[in-house]
Amino acid sequence: MSPLYLEAVGIAAAGLADWASTIAVLRGDAPYEAAELPTYAPSLLPPNERRRATLSVRQGFRAAEDALKGSRLPADQLAAVFASSDADLAIIQRISLALTETSRPVSPTDFHNSVHNAAAGYWSIATGSRLPSTTICAYDASFAAGLLEAATLIAADGHDTLLVCYDVPGPPLLQARRPFTCPASSALILRREASPSTIACLRLALTEDLCESRFDADPALEALRLGNPAMRALPLLSVIARRVQPATPIVMALPGRAGLRIDCRFP
Amino acid sequence: MTPLGISHYTLTTALGAGRSPHTQALLAERSGLSDRAFETCALPTWIGEVQGLDAAVPEALSEWDCRNNRLAELGLLQDGFIEAVTAARLRYGAARIGVFIGTSTSGVLQTEHAYQARSGDEHLPDWFHHRQTQNSYSVAEYVRLRLGLEGTAVAISTACSSSAKVFASAQRAIAAGFCDAAVVGGVDSLCLTTLYGFNALQLLSNEVCRPADAQRKGLSIGEASGFALVEPDLDHVLVLEGYGESSDAYHMSSPDPGGLGALAAMTAALRRAGVESSEIGYINLHGTATPANDAAEDKAICALFGPATPCSSTKGWTGHTLGAAGIVEAALALICLEQGLVPRSLNTQRVDPLLQAQIALESKATSLRHVLSNSFGFGGNNCSLLFGRRA
Repeated sequence: MSPLYLEAVGIAAAGLADWASTIAVLRGDAPYEAAELPTYAPSLLPPNERRRATLSVRQGFRAAEDALKGSRLPADQLAAVFASSDADLAIIQRISLALTETSRPVSPTDFHNSVHNAAAGYWSIATGSRLPSTTICAYDASFAAGLLEAATLIAADGHDTLLVCYDVPGPPLLQARRPFTCPASSALILRREASPSTIACLRLALTEDLCESRFDADPALEALRLGNPAMRALPLLSVIARRVQPATPIVMALPGRAGLRIDCRFP
Repeated sequence: MTPLGISHYTLTTALGAGRSPHTQALLAERSGLSDRAFETCALPTWIGEVQGLDAAVPEALSEWDCRNNRLAELGLLQDGFIEAVTAARLRYGAARIGVFIGTSTSGVLQTEHAYQARSGDEHLPDWFHHRQTQNSYSVAEYVRLRLGLEGTAVAISTACSSSAKVFASAQRAIAAGFCDAAVVGGVDSLCLTTLYGFNALQLLSNEVCRPADAQRKGLSIGEASGFALVEPDLDHVLVLEGYGESSDAYHMSSPDPGGLGALAAMTAALRRAGVESSEIGYINLHGTATPANDAAEDKAICALFGPATPCSSTKGWTGHTLGAAGIVEAALALICLEQGLVPRSLNTQRVDPLLQAQIALESKATSLRHVLSNSFGFGGNNCSLLFGRRA
């Protein structure tokens, strides 16, 4: 299929507070230290929505707003693909616990925030974008599946598209069944046409090669990659940070028995 | 766009399993809704409950066993769907058929059960399999494994537009060459989360839902599964001619009262199909029977189609099946296309005088060539599908 032109990158995870500081880490110019993320309030959300937005929504926003910083494209002209494995497990627990009580006091705000597309909904309210928005889930392969969805959306419609992948650890009962090592999110802004601000050109293809790209020489980054589905993007982001075409293409697992091969070229 | 052929489709709702009971119920104007209680739900409301979900899923997939995946299994067994996919698998290869499944709540009922079964400070019970039941992807993985497919699979979860958007994603993936054919569908099952959640938002009716009625009080919730096998158009009789997607950018759980998001989705579907608004013979409304939804959708319909295009919500038959509403109403729209039927708005006695669209109060036999089906969800997520029938 036709190539994608990468306009901007956003990231937020332990020790990787934003894309500007992450570049040095992924280039090997600065050591990776898994420091906790500083607190953060989404700047784009109106006060009502800011009050209601959960940690999960904020985590999605964090990488998305970081990507916007690196781009001059207007946020209301971006289509969106949000990808998350578990969206908001804290809400799942709060509602499930409320349902064990006799009066079943389910909070209306919890309920409307419980939809998998809550972050995407807040994002369209925050940016005023009425363009298409999709939210997908593919368990650990959510980033790759989201990238595939974004690629087909761009090919079909030509809209500049924001991809956001995010997950946050749930409360202990659910964290025991679905552990995430830290809150994390990653974001890409992708376009159909090259521009002077293009960072990289990506070509996607399905492959039967199911061997994912890894950080064999850096156990801490490898643990981060495996610790949150949003961080499955790291091998790709590492190539982008280095701006050097790698000897072998990036491979990410897709759901099913498929892999996604990503060839990167730099202008 | 290049039309997408609908090679096979099926649906299972409170009206029964497979297409035939749905055709019969549409013609007989018989609702599947009842005022029975679901599990321990004490709310005075009507539901669209599917019968026949007592048996566990096949042994090989036993970790996936939960109401949502049982409903998926029951749906897959109807209308020779598995056989049709098996034949397609031999034709294209297992790796070249994608799976796109919409769901809103996935297996959250299983999670509710797990919290109920736990006492004191205990961990969740061992029989609780998060990945295979609670996670939104579980039903897409279930369908992929059950059908022996190895291509890419994804769950789309945009609340009540989820399983309309699967058609759009599949069309794009096939056009981009990521797969040669696709199984699309949607599955959503009854649970206390949605019953008490919609009740908390004061959107649940205490009587059977009455879409577009002057006295409408809100939703009746239903459950359903539905699937379609879609392929590049090769002289198919039924085709997806267009789709449109948009966002309201207005509010998390209320539609834009001006209907602008709905209007954008329908406009995009017409444009992509190259079909004029005057050529649409029937619109299957999202029509949830909440005052706000029906009013906003009416504004959008009138702006685009004027007051003459016949339309109705079929939620009086099935209830609002949430993440499955897109595929259920796509399948009902396809049945209507095939049968030449504009179904009435069931349970609607007197149309709200504030609504200007042509709400069908009586079913009508008529030849149909193009129909539209609307699905709108929380988060202001809209999808409109345009289906056509070749003579």
